[in-house]
Amino acid sequence: MKAFLILEDGTVFTGTSIGSKKEIISEIVFNTSMTGYLEVLTDPSYAGQAVCMTYPLIGNYGICYDDQESLRPWPDGYIVRELSRIPSNFRCEDTIQNFLKRYDIPGIAGIDTRALTRILREKGTMNGMITTNENYNLEEIIPQLKAYTTGKVVERVTCEEKQILKGNGPKVALMDFGAKENIAKSLNERGCEVTIYPALTTAEEILGGNPDGIMLSNGPGDPKECTSIIKEVKKLYDSNVPIFAICLGHQLMALATGADTKKMKYGHRGGNHPVKDLETGRVYISSQNHGYVVDTDTLDKNVAVPAFENVNDKTNEGLKYIGKNIFTVQFHPEACPGPQDSGYLFDRFMKMMEGDK
Amino acid sequence: MPKIQDIKKVLVIGSGPIIIGQAAEFDYAGTQACRSLKEEGIEVVLLNSNPATIMTDKDIADRVYIEPLTVEVVEQLIIKEQPDSVLPTLGGQAGLNLAMELEERGFLKEHNVRLIGTTSQTIKKAEDRQEFKDTMEKIGEPVAASLVVRSVEDGIAFTNTIGYPVVLRPAYTLGGSGGGIAYDEAQLVEILENGLRLSRVGEVLVERCIAGWKEIEYEVMRDGAGNCITVCNMENIDPVGVHTGDSIVVAPSQTLGDKEYQMLRTSALNIITELGITGGCNVQYALNPDSFEYCVIEVNPRVSRSSALASKATGYPIAKVAAKIALGYTLDEIPNAITGKTYASFEPMLDYCVVKIPRLPFDKFISAKRTLTTQMKATGEVMSICNNFEGALMKAIRSLEQHVDSLMSYDFTGLSMDKLMEEMNIVDDMRIWRIAEAIRRGVAYETIHQITKIDIWFIDKIAILVEMEQALKTEELTEDLLREAKRIEFPDHVIASLTGKTAEEIKALRKEWGITAAYKMVDTCAAEFAAETPYYYSVYGGENEAVGDSERKKVLVLGSGPIRIGQGIEFDFCSVHCTWAFKKENYETIIINNNPETVSTDFDIADKLYFEPLTPEDVENVVNIEKPDGAVVQFGGQTAIKLTEALMKMGVKILGTSAENVDAAEDRELFDKILEECHIPRPQGHTVFTAEEAKKAANELGYPVLVRPSYVLGGQGMQIAINDEDVEEYIGIINRIAQEHPILVDKYLQGKEIEVDAICDGEDILIPGIMEHIERAGIHSGDSISVYPARTISDTAKTTIEEYTRRLAKSLHVIGMINIQFIVCGEEVYVIEVNPRSSRTVPYISKVTGIPIVPLATKMILGYKLRDLGYEPGLQPEAKHIAIKMPVFSFEKIRGADISLGPEMKSTGECLGIAESFNEALYKAFLGAGINLPKHKNMIITVRDEDKQDIVPIARRFEALGYKIYATRRTAKVLKENGVHAVRTNKIEQPSPNLMDLILGHKIDLVIDTPSQGVEKAKDGFVIRRNAIETGVNVLTALDTAEALVTSLENTDIQKLELIDIATI
Repeated sequence: MKAFLILEDGTVFTGTSIGSKKEIISEIVFNTSMTGYLEVLTDPSYAGQAVCMTYPLIGNYGICYDDQESLRPWPDGYIVRELSRIPSNFRCEDTIQNFLKRYDIPGIAGIDTRALTRILREKGTMNGMITTNENYNLEEIIPQLKAYTTGKVVERVTCEEKQILKGNGPKVALMDFGAKENIAKSLNERGCEVTIYPALTTAEEILGGNPDGIMLSNGPGDPKECTSIIKEVKKLYDSNVPIFAICLGHQLMALATGADTKKMKYGHRGGNHPVKDLETGRVYISSQNHGYVVDTDTLDKNVAVPAFENVNDKTNEGLKYIGKNIFTVQFHPEACPGPQDSGYLFDRFMKMMEGDK
Repeated sequence: MPKIQDIKKVLVIGSGPIIIGQAAEFDYAGTQACRSLKEEGIEVVLLNSNPATIMTDKDIADRVYIEPLTVEVVEQLIIKEQPDSVLPTLGGQAGLNLAMELEERGFLKEHNVRLIGTTSQTIKKAEDRQEFKDTMEKIGEPVAASLVVRSVEDGIAFTNTIGYPVVLRPAYTLGGSGGGIAYDEAQLVEILENGLRLSRVGEVLVERCIAGWKEIEYEVMRDGAGNCITVCNMENIDPVGVHTGDSIVVAPSQTLGDKEYQMLRTSALNIITELGITGGCNVQYALNPDSFEYCVIEVNPRVSRSSALASKATGYPIAKVAAKIALGYTLDEIPNAITGKTYASFEPMLDYCVVKIPRLPFDKFISAKRTLTTQMKATGEVMSICNNFEGALMKAIRSLEQHVDSLMSYDFTGLSMDKLMEEMNIVDDMRIWRIAEAIRRGVAYETIHQITKIDIWFIDKIAILVEMEQALKTEELTEDLLREAKRIEFPDHVIASLTGKTAEEIKALRKEWGITAAYKMVDTCAAEFAAETPYYYSVYGGENEAVGDSERKKVLVLGSGPIRIGQGIEFDFCSVHCTWAFKKENYETIIINNNPETVSTDFDIADKLYFEPLTPEDVENVVNIEKPDGAVVQFGGQTAIKLTEALMKMGVKILGTSAENVDAAEDRELFDKILEECHIPRPQGHTVFTAEEAKKAANELGYPVLVRPSYVLGGQGMQIAINDEDVEEYIGIINRIAQEHPILVDKYLQGKEIEVDAICDGEDILIPGIMEHIERAGIHSGDSISVYPARTISDTAKTTIEEYTRRLAKSLHVIGMINIQFIVCGEEVYVIEVNPRSSRTVPYISKVTGIPIVPLATKMILGYKLRDLGYEPGLQPEAKHIAIKMPVFSFEKIRGADISLGPEMKSTGECLGIAESFNEALYKAFLGAGINLPKHKNMIITVRDEDKQDIVPIARRFEALGYKIYATRRTAKVLKENGVHAVRTNKIEQPSPNLMDLILGHKIDLVIDTPSQGVEKAKDGFVIRRNAIETGVNVLTALDTAEALVTSLENTDIQKLELIDIATI
């Protein structure tokens, strides 16, 4: 069956329908990772977006449920050049075709994903529709596309109830704004007892659990929409409990402490972004997935200073908070998918928590 | 300015002659590195014995020494040039070994020279089997159970503890020389003995066999600050067991999940960090297909063939970055030249798929075993890029230029099912064709996988291609079907033959339905950033990014495809210089080529690079976009020449010598006419089509005769026949290869063979120099030792040669290059071959005469006149030095190949000996070719009857040098009769001690064995030669070569070699 990807600027790509046949409108973004399509699909930060994979051959090793970063896929839609006809891997349990259908995610295959990427790169991220309706009417659709906003997605993706991963080490409170599982896993593997809290949990409740450290997770959407969460984060900032934050968590901490964030033209999504540790000068290749970034011009130097920056475009990749046991990064040390080079940051967090005792 | 301020003068060591396992990739790496160093204002001293390389050009380095790569030479050079640093990691294993020896001897320290880039400790840690193993164990990286052994006994004992099969890997050898898999003790003993001898340090690693696991490679970079990245990973379609150089390789890996990908990536980074590598490094893994278990197979602490492939596959210039790192820069300080926006501390992301297929030399070595093992056999490789795997595979297949263009090209339909299943076990270059046939017959994927261990994913992709063959055969050719067939890169003529249409009809249908090739960019970043470098590949079904508009005039330069015997790196040298010459004239330059190892496919050589097969259809697709003002075919070897007619049909102007005249030189009838008109004699000959006609012609001419197909490369299929039976046999062989062209039968003249490369502007000619072959006519010019200036022919003959060259160039209306081969018998000069194109000898003769032949010829093409450029036409004055080009062979790599020389070319590369005296030049040339004698002063002589008298003086001279001569019965008799002391030895089939025992006793320096002319009926000589080669003994099969060798040994003392800076010529 034919499917169409219609962009806000009127561009139409014609391809083949994959997954669900339902029609969706979403923000279209691209990810340049060559492996890890399941991790991308199950990363809650993609809620409210349709993802285009720039690597053209997807589904080669099928679906291995162990590799999921949350219990279900989150993107509204999925855009690929080609889905492998058969998967091949010793761990493979299912095909990506079945996986998309099971979770009712519509997609389109067989389009020139490179051409799409070039459009997004030149014109910036934009909204689009995936539909199988051959009689689509651009004049009706384009205004709809322009009007679309992702809304408050964090509330959609966060867990409903508090969960605890047992451990003998420090107690970590993990704020789940749409956390990838490997964050909790990375802490748990280091011995931490991890308590995962829903995004709207109050600071009082979290602090009431007497955590040794607080982890603010990644998550989807525009950080500025998380107004109530930002207020709670400010209280956590004031608490003196060591805090480590990733991605959305990093942005929320910045907003909570008076800095501003801005939307990037087309974001960073992939597994090859070099980030420089400004303290040591060392460069690490990182996994990234963000469309917003902390505006360093708005930083109060007495509150926070840049700790990492992107080698390519010099955007902010991490902050160190003055006089606080708080550090935050824009990239994903938990990897999955992507390079594991910055996993040492979890160790740094461990040290911070231990030092606090 | 370099980051490390006191680096001012750097010695770069190249890799020497092209041999199997060490090919053009090091010219690419070395050239890139030299340019990168010069960019920083560093004075570059270059040492490489290979004159065909671009790196040995005075444009590339400041001081250029084309001298033998020996420790003594490097020491002398360091004393002479006093560099402050040596960069050893860009010249392959040869350069690395040299640097290590110098370091070990303490010479570098003594002369205050440092190794930059990776340190010697690191090299040792990576290269020394035991140290490597210990290092891996220390950081918890798994390696297969193994032991370094120094004796066969220890090898057997260890293998008994880990069980057969085992893999054997000699330490410090190239391309896995002397290695292999042993399934039983007999094999173990055979391979181990050989390997111990080939290893520089007499060590062989005996290792648990993990054959059948996935073979995965990572290319890693690390800077002095400890930052590291992976440039690319690659997956071998052929599982562990086949040398990666002989495997079909895909980039990036296709069947690895992110967990596996990152596990190995992290491991690679841990390894490069622990080893402390500063620069590029290659890590090879075996990955158990049924678990996360893996083993580190090998680490190469230097740029390698794989890094050249990774550079071209991703656009990330590994050698250039490695050179900058050696100067102290960190990855985040080195800009990415492709994007101009990112830095070298960035991992390339591909949005396409790359397939590499090795170019194997079995068309040259018909008797050789085609089996692929851990010992590399490929002479070169092709790479292709597409946005789907099937398409990339199809493009790579047709890039090979081996009469293959689809999965139907090797026909296995005649095999019974049982036989096919049995043959599926054969691991050779035709394996994927057998798999395709099995799929056609409905064999289950799982069965194919069980036998071949090739991943099901790849088998399915082959199946998709097979299904398309079926669909095209049986279904109506609809627009959708044609679109899909083109998406997976079926060429028009294959679609035509499957659908019963003509290729023109298919092309017309494509035009009607708008199915055209589009070009995408290789940009290192999957389109995330705008790229500045136009490096393109084609796809069907997508937006075209290549822009054809240009203000400037545009020229298309056709490359020469994969490196193969007969068409080597020389043609890349020519293509690159031609491109640069056009650039200087403000042309926009466009290169089409498919060889990832070469300089021409570096993204910053031409203004635009199209990485594409060199077939008429693929070239036409580029032409349709670019609409060039003209194309140059005379620099890309036979590959480019073959495209002449097709280009004309496309309406592309052939620049330089016109297509009709190219044809006239190749067409026997036309050519005869021209020779007649010019009053130039040539050996009599006839054009025939059948064996009967050939025999008639041969008898008319009188034996011996030369039999060869027209339109050949490197003498392919050419043989000397001495009787009717030979003629019949050769014609049979020739006709086995698809032949549309007639067969030539010529009188064989035994005279001096002379070669000339000339430049013609349409009126005047310029001959840089006359080259004379040491071996008599009958041995392919590419396999002969070539001497410039010619020494033994008279001035009259030289004048005749000049005159004939002038006449031929004029009557063929040559504009640009012409190459002519002559035979001189006394004062008589005959023309035997004319090539209206650049030849193999052009780089060599350019360098030793100092005349920039290719740029000059390019100027002729552009309409300049020799006189206007200040050149005095005619034969140029002879240089004061003697320059000798020595062929280099890779026979030890190809099991079962006959090494005797003849009209068919067999050498893989060449080196140069240049000196004031002939003897010293000759000595250097032999030394450069690895013939470093004397050692044991024992030799074996066994010659055919015709040579028995001629061998006497040669043997006498060897005897005078202190050689003990062993000879077979009749040779010994003749020698003794003439007063040469010779020890008679039994032939192989006779009881021990016989020749074989002598050879295997490892005390023989040299074997002189001239095979009986014609097809050798007896296997005896063949067995001797093979065994000698495989045990590392030098073998000469022509008396002229033997005489040259003894001359060189008589006269020179190595300590006194005078090193010559080519840049000053």
